[in-house]
Amino acid sequence: MAKIPQTMFEKVWRQHEVTAETADTPAVLYIDLHLIHEVTSPQAFSVLRERGLPVRRLDRTLATMDHSTPTRTEQIFGGAPISIESAARQVRELEINCEKFGVELLGLRHAQRGIVHIIGPELGITQPGKTVVCGDSHTSTHGALGALAFGIGTTEVGHVLATQCLLQRKPRTFALNVTGRLRPGVTAKDLILAIIGRIGVGGGTGHVIEYRGETIRGLDMDERMTICNMSIEGGARAGMIAPDETTYGYLAGRPRAPQGDAWERAVEQWRQLPTDDGAKFDKEVDIDASVLEPMITYGTNPGMVIPITSSIPTHTNDAVFSKSLAYMGFEAGAPIKDQPVNVVFVGSCTNGRISDLRSAANVLRGRKVAKGVHMLVIPGSQQVKKEAEAEGLHQVFIDAGAEWRESGCSMCLGMNGDLVPKGQYSVSTSNRNFEGRQGIGARTLLASPLTAAASAVRGRVTDPRELI
Amino acid sequence: MKPVQTITAKTVVLPSSNIDTDQIIPARFLTTTTREGLGRSLFADWRYDAQGAPKPDFVLNTPAAQGCRILVAGRNFGCGSSREHAPWALLDYGFQAVISTEIADIFRSNSLKNGFLPIVVDQTTSDWLLANPGAEVTISVEDTTLALPDGTCVKFPLEGFSRYCLLNGVDELGFLLDRGAQIEAYERQRQI
Repeated sequence: MAKIPQTMFEKVWRQHEVTAETADTPAVLYIDLHLIHEVTSPQAFSVLRERGLPVRRLDRTLATMDHSTPTRTEQIFGGAPISIESAARQVRELEINCEKFGVELLGLRHAQRGIVHIIGPELGITQPGKTVVCGDSHTSTHGALGALAFGIGTTEVGHVLATQCLLQRKPRTFALNVTGRLRPGVTAKDLILAIIGRIGVGGGTGHVIEYRGETIRGLDMDERMTICNMSIEGGARAGMIAPDETTYGYLAGRPRAPQGDAWERAVEQWRQLPTDDGAKFDKEVDIDASVLEPMITYGTNPGMVIPITSSIPTHTNDAVFSKSLAYMGFEAGAPIKDQPVNVVFVGSCTNGRISDLRSAANVLRGRKVAKGVHMLVIPGSQQVKKEAEAEGLHQVFIDAGAEWRESGCSMCLGMNGDLVPKGQYSVSTSNRNFEGRQGIGARTLLASPLTAAASAVRGRVTDPRELI
Repeated sequence: MKPVQTITAKTVVLPSSNIDTDQIIPARFLTTTTREGLGRSLFADWRYDAQGAPKPDFVLNTPAAQGCRILVAGRNFGCGSSREHAPWALLDYGFQAVISTEIADIFRSNSLKNGFLPIVVDQTTSDWLLANPGAEVTISVEDTTLALPDGTCVKFPLEGFSRYCLLNGVDELGFLLDRGAQIEAYERQRQI
């Protein structure tokens, strides 16, 4: 009998079923890699402590700290206290929990610390075909390597710590086919923003997206991670991209990737993962990348996005839409270009990798950040920081008048005190433009590192193609 | 988890669509290491002014909203982050359920694990609820129905296992721990 063609998601799912789902019970799904951080783990460790349970697989659990950590060098390396007391306590609690339970921690001063979704791929511990979870919705990032990776809540963090498993209903599959070549100045960030604009912020709910097609095949790993990262902004818990030579080239030689014969055997297995010809998806959407322009958000969710050359839409009699524009201080029908900018943030798990910093630096080289604009550049990890400094990128940022600091989530969500002041406009390479996300009353415009850097130079929303 | 069988309560309405987890509980309140006391930070940026005083025009601060234990919201409630602090804050405030036409995946999963009911209804039912704040409705987990004041009963989707856990106060961790032998067998078979 001919084998029924399967999607990549189905293959990975089936390989991780401890028990398959039935009408009465969800599947027990085995988790290969559990990443934890300081914000969503304390209450899970408390449950283990209350019940006297150990962490089941220490070899599959890795902790770091990123969300509430400072980016000021003196607060990490200089002995200065972490300025937010509750954040300092949270950092300390993760240190204590990891020590007590024996979990490996890439702690505050560790050379491999960074945003959890940057360091997984960077260390080579995120691998094709693995199931990866973390108490953070942007865990979808790891799907760029062909892993099934999704965010979980704290109760589930406890489940994985104690049993290495989760109870899960099988999600539906969603093929996002992208064809056509991206034009100069149009990046992976613009592509994923355009995709979210098309499917809507709830368009992927209940689904795992597989990004497919020639455009996706042509992206490098950093770009693929930017795409998969924002799957959750389209409502999908996970996004995946089939592993290929680009993936293997990226992973080869990384510290926690398989080495020698084990590498050969692993690649052999990974080659079986891509979706079979003829496999059916529950939903399909086609995108033509060749017509896209740099994209920027104008509202208070990532689906409120337009090409940078166009005007803010008009939706009369839509109270929610009007409320959103009022929050942003924008008028329907006004061009988005040339809107004033106060803050520019380059960083986050969406755009905090080395290639993101390179593209921002390319725009800034020999130029200055406009007077009155505060530009903050935060590398996604300490390794990214080291690499950027070896290339001299930090000097480009500093010479332009931007701030260059230690790695972390920083101004993406402002938990550590890196905030956009009330009412100010921030062009940000992060992933969420929700009300108050970057600070109370902050007004966030999501865009690519190119657009962010160009807007920093002009002090106004700027089409990066005018400067590159 | 305490069993949840039936809830009869009045509704309070937040008509916005895409109410995200940063609205439900802003990130600056997530540096806590416990799950208690988050109710005071629920919808903090909508609820309080810069001095921390309640904004009188925000619906939760109105006299009519006091004691309402069911939230009715626009489409795609709970989108955004995986913070379980969102259902913790709603529960701690006194809410027991949210009704919308669409509820985001992770929020839904987190809610069910804490006995907070994510109720998805059709557009007509939602429209009626949005237009009638303060309506007293009854949610039956047993029957997976929502009963409106005029006696109309609509079904809502609730996966069988979640329903069983809610009705019996079963905690999923216990269920998983009972699968220890199967988990070990799986690890042996994969040689991991």
